[in-house]
Amino acid sequence: MNATLLRLESVSRLYGAGDSLVKALDRVDLEVKRGEFVAVMGTSGSGKSTTLNVLGCLDVPTSGVYRFEDVEVTTLTDDQRAVLRRHALGFVFQGFNLLPRTSARENVELPLLYRGVPARARRQAALEALEAVGLAHRADHTPAELSGGQQQRVAIARALVTNPSLLLADEPTGNLDSERTVDIMNLFVGLNRERGLTIVMVTHEPDVAAFASRVVVFKDGRILSDRSKEVA
Amino acid sequence: MNSVWMALREVTRRPMRSLLTMVGIVIGVAAVIAMVTLGSGATAKIRANIGALGDDLLTILPEVSQRQGGQTVAGAPFEHGDVEALGRELPGLELVVPATTQRLQVVSGSTNRSTSVTGTTSGFLRVRSYRVSQGVDVEAALDSSRSVCVLGAKPAKTLFGGSPALGQTLRVGTVSCEVVGVLAEKGSGLGEDPDEVVLMPLKAFEQRVSGNRKVGVIYATAKKGRPTGALKRQVEQLLHERRRIRPGEANDFGVRDMKDIADTVATTTSLLTSLLGAVAAISLLVGGIGIMNIMLVSVTERTREIGTRLAIGALASDVLRQFLVEASVLSSLGGAVGVVVGLGGAFGLSLLLGFPFSVSWALVLGAFVFSAGVGVLFGFLPARTASRLSPIEALRHE
Repeated sequence: MNATLLRLESVSRLYGAGDSLVKALDRVDLEVKRGEFVAVMGTSGSGKSTTLNVLGCLDVPTSGVYRFEDVEVTTLTDDQRAVLRRHALGFVFQGFNLLPRTSARENVELPLLYRGVPARARRQAALEALEAVGLAHRADHTPAELSGGQQQRVAIARALVTNPSLLLADEPTGNLDSERTVDIMNLFVGLNRERGLTIVMVTHEPDVAAFASRVVVFKDGRILSDRSKEVA
Repeated sequence: MNSVWMALREVTRRPMRSLLTMVGIVIGVAAVIAMVTLGSGATAKIRANIGALGDDLLTILPEVSQRQGGQTVAGAPFEHGDVEALGRELPGLELVVPATTQRLQVVSGSTNRSTSVTGTTSGFLRVRSYRVSQGVDVEAALDSSRSVCVLGAKPAKTLFGGSPALGQTLRVGTVSCEVVGVLAEKGSGLGEDPDEVVLMPLKAFEQRVSGNRKVGVIYATAKKGRPTGALKRQVEQLLHERRRIRPGEANDFGVRDMKDIADTVATTTSLLTSLLGAVAAISLLVGGIGIMNIMLVSVTERTREIGTRLAIGALASDVLRQFLVEASVLSSLGGAVGVVVGLGGAFGLSLLLGFPFSVSWALVLGAFVFSAGVGVLFGFLPARTASRLSPIEALRHE
């Protein structure tokens, strides 16, 4: 449980140039171990979203080294990073980002489609993932027929269906009321404890961050604080 | 196969939009198929009509010619001697038939009709492929010098209505003659209406109607297996001598080869068909631009979806393929509908115009493949736009 999953070493991400140069990340060092549930907090512009994009292999640091498992991500090509995302990462977004007019099951099957999994196995895996988030009975409903909380569960099932090493969540409860927020957070905690799933979640709400086992706070592109909760 | 299926799902998700996007391609493919099918129907019909005239037929007739000094001279009619010489000296000819025609008033009782009256011999029926529907010994009658006549289908119908024409007496110009035969209907042909005729024996025609022995036209047919081209030159040479045309002067007569005419007309029609097809093909390109337009709109609308797909593991090439396949599925569906509409339209119009209808599967396949190609061509730009999106920016897109 204590093995290192990923490590940022003096990672900087700069935007623009000259007077308009923005240091979104300024020589950040961060290590995440397998089985951790990390909440990344900070005001807007603090660098928390950039951190998530770098961890998710969507963005490339301007300098520094990002290692994920045994891979040095910073040396990979666009397509190699896409393959890494396909095999090791799951994403959950604030706006759910489900395909409209497409059933929950087909949405969950999508990552498997890019992996070339045959139809029968895809269907099976998708139904299992929906079962894990408690939505097996809604498999044939389209997003428009589901509530916000249910849509986010489908999105979580889509992230889980490939058995990723890391689940990245960007304000996953930002569009939900407080009751649904607690539901989704309990789901995250359950996945983290029962499956040992590593989660990195960006949020600006302390209530949401409180569910995590570790809270990292960013300010002006640097880590302001990094506290782990003692797990009972 | 998966991507085709996914594209079909995507296309059917917005049926109205997909339908409207396809309309351009549908019209393009339908136009190409209808134009080309109708065009080849017209060509086939014209060929058949010329064939009905007999394609081993040489038509020899006087022509206007230009002499030195720019003076134009009308060619003189032929003489009986010319007809006899052709028959005697050119063994490759099967039949040589003189015919002289005048437009005359034909009267029966109170009905009259202006029609073309031809004095000729029995060979005329054969060289012009007429069949006799009523009458006995019509050929012998035409070779006699009796004052008789044979009616074409149209004058027979209008002059006598339903009642039998045989044995009735007609007045042709100032001469009266007895109807000894009626010709079967030939249907419309090229140029003159072949059913609008009255035939008389050449001798009777010369003695009573024209009053001279000048021959207007000579028809000649080639013996089986003789190339009409070579015979045509022989005929020209013989008449050149007989009509005493000086060296260097243009012939004041012409020899028309039906095969030549048929080929010329068929070439013209098929050229016209290709032109129409090309014009129709331009509408296919316009349809392709319609697809490109909608696909670009679709890429913008689905930017977030593209970001999501990239985030969950799609390669840029997967996105490129998705949009390319979607564009070609749209255009192929349009092409398939266009094929059906085009063939249906061509069939209907062929019935209406009396053209023979035949489907060219090569054309159908070609038009369909072309329409799919149009999708790939015009889908490429939108697809490349989609595949070059940065995942972060695509995800941030509202």
